[in-house]
Amino acid sequence: MAAERTPTQPAVLLDGRAIDRTLRRMADAILELNDGTDGLLLVGIQRRGVQLADRIAAIITEREGTAPRRGALDITLYRDDLQTVGPRPVLGPTDIPGNLDGANVVIVDDVLYTGRTIRAALDELADFGRPARIALAVLIDRGGRELPIHADVVGKRVDLTPTQRVDVLVQEVDGRDAVVVVTTEKGREDPA
Amino acid sequence: MTNPLGKDLLALEPLSADQIRLILDTAEPFKEISERAIKKVPALRGSTIVNLFFEPSTRTRISFEFAEKRLSADTVNVTASGSSVSKGETLVDTARNLEAMRIDMVVIRHGASGAAAFLANRIESTVINAGDGTHEHPTQGLLDLLTLRDHFGDLAGLRVCICGDVLHSRVARSNIWGLKKLGAEVAVCGPRSLLPNAIAEFGVTVFDRLDEAMEWAQALNVLRLQLERMTGGYIPSLREYNRVFGVTRERLDRATHPLLILHPGPMNRGVEIDSDVADGPHSLILNQVTNGVAIRMAVLYLLAGGKPELAEAAKGAPER
Repeated sequence: MAAERTPTQPAVLLDGRAIDRTLRRMADAILELNDGTDGLLLVGIQRRGVQLADRIAAIITEREGTAPRRGALDITLYRDDLQTVGPRPVLGPTDIPGNLDGANVVIVDDVLYTGRTIRAALDELADFGRPARIALAVLIDRGGRELPIHADVVGKRVDLTPTQRVDVLVQEVDGRDAVVVVTTEKGREDPA
Repeated sequence: MTNPLGKDLLALEPLSADQIRLILDTAEPFKEISERAIKKVPALRGSTIVNLFFEPSTRTRISFEFAEKRLSADTVNVTASGSSVSKGETLVDTARNLEAMRIDMVVIRHGASGAAAFLANRIESTVINAGDGTHEHPTQGLLDLLTLRDHFGDLAGLRVCICGDVLHSRVARSNIWGLKKLGAEVAVCGPRSLLPNAIAEFGVTVFDRLDEAMEWAQALNVLRLQLERMTGGYIPSLREYNRVFGVTRERLDRATHPLLILHPGPMNRGVEIDSDVADGPHSLILNQVTNGVAIRMAVLYLLAGGKPELAEAAKGAPER
């Protein structure tokens, strides 16, 4: 994802403080959508969706006094291009607490682009049970959908061309918080 | 871009430490899949795998089959009895006929050392060695490494003694190569008649007395006495073997530090290992079996991947 950074000057879309403000707004929207924390389960998509879900959960805990359940999902094994991608992608841990039957799941991811990741996530979640509802919260929606998927909670919307890539950097993985737009030569390599 | 493991998995000897670590690390997330209510992911959907077993096997065959099914591959089992092999068909003819039915992988267990490599050189499909004669059993070696790593964290500097019938054991060879590549210290202990003549060339310490080996080691990998492969008088009697080289409760109690016990199975209880050791608190034997499925899923996943030419074909870009 952020492993290959092109030398082109990256434009900063959000800095650390802006990310924090955006996540607070997203936490509020999720609480409103779910009418509180009852049955709420935040599922972060590996990798950076997991850290974003953790931050949103911390904000919700601070506001409501109760911590929502959290989970992590690696969708690699459900990708629709798994037979054709080059060397095997490295897998991250999947950790879904308990049964999903009747839960109000909110999938949290960093960037929504083609929608293929979310399609894979929906398939994988179905193998863990039958949630009452599944919603989607993303920090960045960059347009360019290839599937009929939309986000219920969006931190920031941007329109980018296929030769541009948006990278979400988080402290835990990348050493700093930022959202940057990178212009690449050959366009997207990694559909998010 | 080629596959990081190459086309086949035939042995641990030719692998690098990084390749072995890649398999062990990949196995970690696969452990969780076997804990799910629906123990299945679509990663190998559409792949066809033939399990070609020329020797009897319970654990390895079932473990491979679970791994394949949990990755959604289609599987066919072929055993020597009940197939054309019993009519005298050669190994290559059997495999070529299977390949003509458009398969993707062959998992082979064979009594002849080198059978897996022989096959891999002659067919296009990926070949995974599930044990060839007295040569190697790489997935068993890998699952032993994973089990030890689970308990000790790091294998570098770990002292492991492989006990018993090293001469006939492909598990011993895969363990020695794998452990040494990851920086562990390896010893063997057993009657001289059951150690290879050139054991020193493996770069391992040799103990003649089990008590000395237990004083030195942090973990024992106890091998099965392979009675079916023994053609001559290697040992005076099973009772004497148990008295001198059997891992018994009394020996474990006498040891100055706790030792973890592995055994690749099937066990000869009361011969190389006593029941109260096999079923005792120091035994990792069932952890090995659980890890076996995760290791085999990781190997299948890694070997099945990396076919970028399929993507080119889908785009209609005639590269060649």
